[in-house]
Amino acid sequence: MAISDQPNRILSHSHLLGIDGLSAQEVTQLLDLAESYVELNRQGEKKQAVLRGRTQINLFFEPSTRTQSSFELAGKRLGADVMNMSVKGSSVSKGETLLDTAVTLNAMHPDLLVVRHSAAGAAELLAQKVGCAVINAGDGSHEHPTQALLDALTIRRRKRRIEGLTIAICGDILHSRVARSNILLLQLLGARVRVIAPRSLLPYAVDRYGVEVFSRMEEGLAGCDIVMMLRLQLERMNGAFVPSVREYYRYFGLDQVKLARAKPDALVMHPGPMNRGVEIDSAVADGVQSVISEQVEMGVAVRMAVLDALARNLNGGRRSPQGIAQPQRSSAESRSTFGRIEL
Amino acid sequence: MSAPIDMPPAQGPYAYVNAGIVDPSIGLNEPGGVLIQDGQVIACGREVMPEALGDVPHIDCRGFLLVPGLVDMRVFTGEPGAEHRETLASASEAAAAGGVTTIIVMPNTDPVIDDVALVDFILRRARDTAIVRVAPMAALTKKTAGEQMTEIGLLQEAGAVAVTDGNRSVTNARVLRRALSYARDFDMLVVQHVEERELAAGGVMNEGEVATRLGLPGIPTAAEVIMLERDLRLVELTGARYHAAQISCAASVELIARAKARGLPVTAGVSVNHLVLNENDIGAYRSFFKLAPPLRTEADRQAVVAGVADGTIDVIVSSHDPQEPDTKRLPFAEAEFGAIGLETMLSALMGLVHNRTIPISRLIDALSCAPARILGLGIGSLRPGAPADLAVIAPHHSWRVEAQALKSKSKNTPFEHRVLEGCVAQTVVAGHLVYSRSLR
Repeated sequence: MAISDQPNRILSHSHLLGIDGLSAQEVTQLLDLAESYVELNRQGEKKQAVLRGRTQINLFFEPSTRTQSSFELAGKRLGADVMNMSVKGSSVSKGETLLDTAVTLNAMHPDLLVVRHSAAGAAELLAQKVGCAVINAGDGSHEHPTQALLDALTIRRRKRRIEGLTIAICGDILHSRVARSNILLLQLLGARVRVIAPRSLLPYAVDRYGVEVFSRMEEGLAGCDIVMMLRLQLERMNGAFVPSVREYYRYFGLDQVKLARAKPDALVMHPGPMNRGVEIDSAVADGVQSVISEQVEMGVAVRMAVLDALARNLNGGRRSPQGIAQPQRSSAESRSTFGRIEL
Repeated sequence: MSAPIDMPPAQGPYAYVNAGIVDPSIGLNEPGGVLIQDGQVIACGREVMPEALGDVPHIDCRGFLLVPGLVDMRVFTGEPGAEHRETLASASEAAAAGGVTTIIVMPNTDPVIDDVALVDFILRRARDTAIVRVAPMAALTKKTAGEQMTEIGLLQEAGAVAVTDGNRSVTNARVLRRALSYARDFDMLVVQHVEERELAAGGVMNEGEVATRLGLPGIPTAAEVIMLERDLRLVELTGARYHAAQISCAASVELIARAKARGLPVTAGVSVNHLVLNENDIGAYRSFFKLAPPLRTEADRQAVVAGVADGTIDVIVSSHDPQEPDTKRLPFAEAEFGAIGLETMLSALMGLVHNRTIPISRLIDALSCAPARILGLGIGSLRPGAPADLAVIAPHHSWRVEAQALKSKSKNTPFEHRVLEGCVAQTVVAGHLVYSRSLR
């Protein structure tokens, strides 16, 4: 599909804060748009003027080489002026709060703000206070929507569908924003999702998310179309979640023997960076079933699509930030038990 | 009444008449009046009629309830050390507006109230600046570090009404056992924040489906239950008087009920927040709902409400914990725990009376008589001879909570913009009118 064939408005939201709240139609249209950018990225002339005149700020409170450069490249290929702000050396490390940063940023009149933060909900908080479109590039253990979208695009291109596939997400589910976004997105598109992890790395009540839960790789991988490995997030482990790396690899690392339980044409995915010999064997990571480098390629296209879609909603103007004292009323609030005694 | 919370009495007789008197301490729930002189209640009940008062000035309270002033057993202030959040004076203004005539302040200040001189400081500051009665709980362990017990006897003599490490739990079982044994000799109440610290470490809200959806680390109810079970074993071992400061889940209610059935000297409290809010109120990471213990599930909320209704839970507290914007307007996981509550407590709870979940007499018992009884304060009653501390309530007057209009220095209320049915019309301490609200 050519870029010009896309409908003018793709997302009904001003921001992309998570997969939660997106409709299947919105996701499909985003993936379709990303598809057209894949073709563009493979051409010699990659530059477009879609975001000409727009300012994109990448605000990264956590180090992330690959996501940040993917967003940077996506913005630049669409013609935006891209600025990277990392926390090190900034006033944030001198004690400035997130909302102070928002006020400062607002004064620079950005159009698109890409945020990575270690706290769940940080992107949502910023979105309430700035006048531009906010893209969540990972907030704590909450969501990482563009990663889920690029995973879906990779799967759709290889398998020609997502509906009906059996997809296993394996490893540190507890700390993984990638897993949360993927569980939501892949189920939204009709896939059957399994999670495989030691119980110490499973979030509470994950079974109520409509996923099948396994604690043995051999059982969970049986008959899968897709094996999605997660990084064992060693830096977040301030308690003992697994006894040792050696034991983890023995039971939960993906090697050729375990992979043989999945379908012969199963794809192996990993959001990166990989811990080789911890959650994945090198032979599998570099093997014929691996689509890990393709995921990186799809990442740029998906982020171009997201930037494009959100820029369309800006309509040339800027959103008005909400007042500091008036947080958004959420649907959860309207479910409040307290509502009963309101008159 | 014990010396630390004395207030100078008001002169001259006056009376409230034609009110609905609710005072469970003397079994009153009927129309009547209260006659006050020299800061004390002279008479209370049906016999206080306008025609019997002669020249004594009186206030007609038709349509209003009249109750003993509330005694809030769990109030954090910033004095000393963080006066920008709250002072004893500003907390007392907020208390008066909420019908609270006595606040029991926690020792978690800077410095910690773990020394006789600091208890004395609180009492002097309160005497000079506060408009309601103020009494401190002193620390149970030095610097609330959980290692070395404080001078419980001397602190009691100086005016501390109980010992507690406030919002920190004593995790070392041996330390708590020794402190309980020692406190028993002084008949001093030991108050514990029931949370197993290691199990709760890193958690920011109730562990459950909502936390999973929000991607926030959870605090399991087991953190509370494990600590409570351990403490009850130690109470059994030592025979000391023990009070669980705030319980928040169904399993804890069951434990308290069983301990009481076995005759252990145990009481329990719950915060207003855990009675009227649940984890869903957090909505889109609203940090004003970040509390310790965390807001639990709806089933847990219903269980603690039932626990209050049947008396298993003795006391309701505001758990007033003022936090400034710098510590609250942060991503949920990074924000401080705590919410203010002195001024909204009674109004928020009136909803439970209106929907017939908790009878008004049980509510007033839990807010006034029971805490006074547990702490041995000689207040929380309208019986003749008692200090004239009372609140006049307009049970059906609706008002909208606007944080900026609240008297607390900090504005971190979870009830912002809520419409509450029921408010305090007047508050009286030792016969002095300390708060009056225009209802039009």
